[in-house]
Amino acid sequence: MNVLVCVKRVPATGGRILLTEDQREIDTRYLGFTVSPHEECAAEEAVRLVTEHGGSSVVLTLGPPEAEEQLRDAMAIGIDRGILLESGGREWDPVATAAAIVDAIRADEAASGRFDLLLFGNEAADSGDYQVGARVAHVLGLPCVTGIKGLEVRDGRATVRREAPGGGWEVFELPLPALVAVKEGINLPRFPSVPGRLKARKKEVARVRPEWRDGGLRLQRLALPREQEGSVEILGEGPAAAPAVVAVLQRLGLV
Amino acid sequence: MDTVPKQANAVVIGAGIVGNSMAYHLAALGWRDIVLFDKGPLPNPGGSTGHASNFIFLVDHSKEMTAFTVDSANQYKELGVFTESGGVEVARTPERVQELKRRMASAASWGIEPVELLTPAETQKLVPFLNADAILGSFYTPGVGVVDSLRAGTLMRERAEEMGALSVWPNTEILGIDVERGRVAGVRTDRGDVRTQTVVVCCGIWSPRIARMAGASIPLTPAVHQMIDVGPVPQFAATVGEIEFPIVRDVDTNMYERQHGGELEIGSYAHRPILMEADDIPSIEASALSPSELPFTQADFDAQMEDALELMPDILADESVGVKYAINGLLSLTPDGMPILGETPEARGLWAASAIWIKEAPGIARAVAQWMTDGCPEIDPHASDVARFYPHQRTGVHVRARADEGYNKTYGIVHPMEQWASNREIRLSPMNQRERELEAVFFETAGWERPFWYESNRGLLGEFGDRVMPREAEWESRWWSPIINAEHLAMRERVGMVDLSAFAIFDVTGPGALDYLQTVAVNQMDVPEGRVVYTPLLNPAGGVKADLTIMRLGPNEFRVVTGGGSGMSDRKWFADHLPEDGSAQLLDVTSAWTTVGVWGPRARDLVSSISPDDVSNEGFPFASCRWITLGPVRALASRISYVGELGWELYAPFEEGRRLWDTLWEAGREFGVVPVGIGVYATTARLEKGYRAHGNELELEYDLVEAGLARASVKEWEFVGREAYLRRREGEPAARLCTLTIDDPTSSTGVKRYPLGREPILAADGAPIVDAKGRRSFATTAGSGPSVGKHILMAYLPPELASPSTGLQVEYFGERYPVTVAVAGSGALFDPGNERLKS
Amino acid sequence: MTSVLTFVEHDGGTPEKVSLEALTFARALSERMSLPLYALVIGADGAVASDALGAYGVAEVHVATDDRLDPYAPRAWAASAATLMDAGAPAVVVGPGSERGAEVMAHLAARAGLPLAANCTHVEPGDPFVVTRQRWGGSLLEVAELEAPVALLTVAPHAVQPEPATGPGAASCREFRPTLDEADLIVRVAGRLEPERGAVSLSEARVVVGGGRGVGSADGFAELEELAELLGGTVGVSRVVTSLGWRPHTDQVGQTGTRIAPDLYVACGISGAIQHMVGAKGAKHLLAINTDREAPIMAKAEWAVVGDLHAVVSAVNAEIRRVRGS
Repeated sequence: MNVLVCVKRVPATGGRILLTEDQREIDTRYLGFTVSPHEECAAEEAVRLVTEHGGSSVVLTLGPPEAEEQLRDAMAIGIDRGILLESGGREWDPVATAAAIVDAIRADEAASGRFDLLLFGNEAADSGDYQVGARVAHVLGLPCVTGIKGLEVRDGRATVRREAPGGGWEVFELPLPALVAVKEGINLPRFPSVPGRLKARKKEVARVRPEWRDGGLRLQRLALPREQEGSVEILGEGPAAAPAVVAVLQRLGLV
Repeated sequence: MDTVPKQANAVVIGAGIVGNSMAYHLAALGWRDIVLFDKGPLPNPGGSTGHASNFIFLVDHSKEMTAFTVDSANQYKELGVFTESGGVEVARTPERVQELKRRMASAASWGIEPVELLTPAETQKLVPFLNADAILGSFYTPGVGVVDSLRAGTLMRERAEEMGALSVWPNTEILGIDVERGRVAGVRTDRGDVRTQTVVVCCGIWSPRIARMAGASIPLTPAVHQMIDVGPVPQFAATVGEIEFPIVRDVDTNMYERQHGGELEIGSYAHRPILMEADDIPSIEASALSPSELPFTQADFDAQMEDALELMPDILADESVGVKYAINGLLSLTPDGMPILGETPEARGLWAASAIWIKEAPGIARAVAQWMTDGCPEIDPHASDVARFYPHQRTGVHVRARADEGYNKTYGIVHPMEQWASNREIRLSPMNQRERELEAVFFETAGWERPFWYESNRGLLGEFGDRVMPREAEWESRWWSPIINAEHLAMRERVGMVDLSAFAIFDVTGPGALDYLQTVAVNQMDVPEGRVVYTPLLNPAGGVKADLTIMRLGPNEFRVVTGGGSGMSDRKWFADHLPEDGSAQLLDVTSAWTTVGVWGPRARDLVSSISPDDVSNEGFPFASCRWITLGPVRALASRISYVGELGWELYAPFEEGRRLWDTLWEAGREFGVVPVGIGVYATTARLEKGYRAHGNELELEYDLVEAGLARASVKEWEFVGREAYLRRREGEPAARLCTLTIDDPTSSTGVKRYPLGREPILAADGAPIVDAKGRRSFATTAGSGPSVGKHILMAYLPPELASPSTGLQVEYFGERYPVTVAVAGSGALFDPGNERLKS
Repeated sequence: MTSVLTFVEHDGGTPEKVSLEALTFARALSERMSLPLYALVIGADGAVASDALGAYGVAEVHVATDDRLDPYAPRAWAASAATLMDAGAPAVVVGPGSERGAEVMAHLAARAGLPLAANCTHVEPGDPFVVTRQRWGGSLLEVAELEAPVALLTVAPHAVQPEPATGPGAASCREFRPTLDEADLIVRVAGRLEPERGAVSLSEARVVVGGGRGVGSADGFAELEELAELLGGTVGVSRVVTSLGWRPHTDQVGQTGTRIAPDLYVACGISGAIQHMVGAKGAKHLLAINTDREAPIMAKAEWAVVGDLHAVVSAVNAEIRRVRGS
């Protein structure tokens, strides 16, 4: 089966997020870059599916030229090739992002054949829009489920599950091709091996420059929420604190 | 927020391994009311200690770094945080195989045992996951190990606290350091201010920033060292604890691999140097991990991964072993690769303990604490002295250029004479243009470009034939030319001109000048005007701090001349001892004077041909100085010599230097004058004469008696170190400095080999020689003696071996060569009666 | 009539708390825009919610009724909202920032070809709307323009407290049949599974009891093991503990060990070095037990006990057994 996974380059933030002077971006001078944990799991899932069922995997991102690093990270754990949609230094809202991804998928499918499964992260770590996958699915006419923490493919169908509101799991059955947005916890993503890293250097990355469009949601500026400092609650000192600890455990439903 | 103590005897800034060790050693030496600050939390405040690989390889070519490392390893052992794993340095190239033999020699010189050269198969037996086909051999040190540096720091803090000596303040930011009349007065923090006269900067990569608060400079640059951690490694699954297999230094690829529990840690010094500014290090809050763990830049590491894969395929080709952690860790680089220690010249009471690695930190802290307490560190730290830097060496351009160049030498094969390529031509003598015309090959000292030899003298090679002692082996031919020895012979037969502009020169004046110099210098300074005095300077323990010459130019006027290499730290020594009452002044006039040495049997002929003054032996005797006319130039002539020949040092105004050179040059033709480089001045001529050099023979760890510089009587004046010196004159010294010659330099393969210095001197049976104070014998200097036709070594030997004709051995590149003591104690191999000098 | 329409999730007619938050948020907006507040509920039993919603200021409750809406089918639910939108032309559609709320609103936005602002904490109506929304899971706020014929947004969970309207209110209740096509019904809950039981791995454990150097020895882990067992969790350790050989390397939590994401992490005698915390940052709640009140872990914890971990943990174990026994 052929699997596409979409990821987004985001800064690996530290203890405190700092903004640039114009307040439109995070100050990333001292930060590395990564993808959100959901997307790491999506890439891992893609590798596992292709290992199990054969076929090939592609990783796609919309971002700056440096986002090649995130494509190589995915290729280092076993994704076969990459597509980099260059964002041209602009902020792309979910409507514009989805449209660019749709165009890229259609173009790639025209050249290399259909994807059986499109994997997205549930939401991007930075912008948290919760919608790009659904938009892509809608335009491509694909069935779609978000918030997935379990995925099995058999006989052209995907059985997926996600946490049910009251505990336990709810299960969905999807005919392929389909799109699912996965959540951290679906698997334990592997770390890239040294040979994986070295192989990733030689894998193909296609670069495309999609046209930016105005999707209607326009970032004006970023702001830091008021800090909640010193929020630690001291339950007590020594063994005398035990009842207070147990009260907390009870509140959490553990006792 | 709690507020800090109002008063402290010492403030230590930085709670990494260095700061914790400092606090502990100060406490152990009796200091109380010590305050330790760190901006970060404990036990890991976020500096380099927190991400260090924490391993300790014992052998270094530097004597002082090895000594610091050995002391540190012992301290870690005593703290119970040392795990011995053994370590191998593997060779991938034939050059490295030779270098490992040199490491064996350094191990013997500094007393590191046991050590062993291993075959690839033997290496693989110790490190089963290593690919034996990738290497040609290895150097094995069983005593190598890893330490828990954070735990060590905690234990040292706790010990100092138990002594009631220390209060510890994490999460406290330093806002300023107050300096009043040149001395530290206090430290300002965000938790209040502390009055103190002593501050130790143990801030690693942040040191420049903190020192600047007191107007001082600690010239280092933060630089990236890449590290990755891979796992889980199946081969380590059964390991209980941190480490089971020896640490591997893959030195030819500038990498290391070491087990850390279930993972393998791979570090690299191979990538492009990535330097930062201390001000650009992120804050604790802005850091993803810690301020000294920056985001990994994968592209810089790709090539290293291939090297590591080749060496350890059993682990790294396993696709289940993943890269779990990868950082660009920050460490400190200095312009010369040495740490930065001691009191800063800019602010009294402001001490530096910076650019220090885990492996040497507790040992260095002990030495600095001793230095702070009574001025007498047991291990001589002069090569690391913060006062060693000239102003130009403190510039960002210099620091970055040398750090950039030095980074990839971290595991390099560095020739003892290897020259820096970057940021050269900073200090040029007025003769520089003439020297270029004479095709000088320039070596650098303290920023000065000094001719080491002149290619224009190549014609002399034919004249002297085999007397120039040609070298066959590439290693000792590197950074060397037989022309040096030809210049030597020409000078001894005719006359040579030496550019000595690199001297550091200080004028001491004022009504208290004599008393002041009497206090600083060992030898009698109450001499007639026009006399030149050679004198050592001692520290209070009687160790040799410096040796230099002082001219008495008037009743209250003296001129101190010392080597360029030690000029800045000597200047601080003089400045520190100035009388409080202002009765003597010290003025650095280095840049006002240029110096040309004119020496050789025809030196008087040359000088008298252009001077109307009386330069006869009677009119201008040895060890005197006066102003003379030389053609159109007036110069202060000083009749002394470091090469053992008749002649003068001629001090002229800097701007007249070229004219002086030209005048001597023109007049000298008639007498066969040759330009002579520093190769002769600093090595060959001095060795033949048995003259001692600071940093080679002279250092704090040896005294004047041992060095053969003790005179028949000791002056009455209470000079620094006198008491200790008198004590050391009683009874037999533990060692005596001797001059040795190689009997036969022919190696087992029939090649003549010539040691370059620092090699171990062994007994006739090959056993190491250890003196009563536990010090090993090694070649303090080695070089050609063209006039005596022998390769000469100097070495301290125990008294029972310090007698002429004693047969010993020197180890060089794995072979042993017979040597014989030629001169025991002071005395010269060439012209022992000093007839030439005094003719 | 134009309105502020709010999608309300309910459980058998009881509105979910996050939906009441969204409703409170939407009511304030409707008042500022002088528009009535409408609610969309899915399923016939949603009509039961009318009274409760009326108290929150809802004027009309629109109940989508179609057997095919149960069990949950995200696109069909979105189609229900679309049907209402087509019929009533609301000015704003508000959804809760719950998992289903986010999913339904995303499908609605995709179907309608409209932008959607997720996880809003504040809205200034106007042309365009100016929204303040959460990024980075709430660590950062974004101020953005939302320009659309109908403003779609979800409300960040816990950004507002649910608050009934001040005046007495009664909502009228209208049922409607949404327009559903085949494609809307492909994806629907096909079954349910009970949560798994049994031995828990470190990475999946709901409770992790962590031990650091402060535990003191290999034997010192007995109380921690006991606490973990009482809470149905497992023990994890900092790197130094494995380096000292007290526990196997597989127990290590952190940068170079296992990444954990439990509901509760109990950190005992762990200083809180960043390398360890990176592996534990997935924990929803953190309880620290440490002798040092200044240890970095204390600043990161939600709850803390100052004291010797052995004494504290055994007292907690005893207290749990006492509470359970009674």
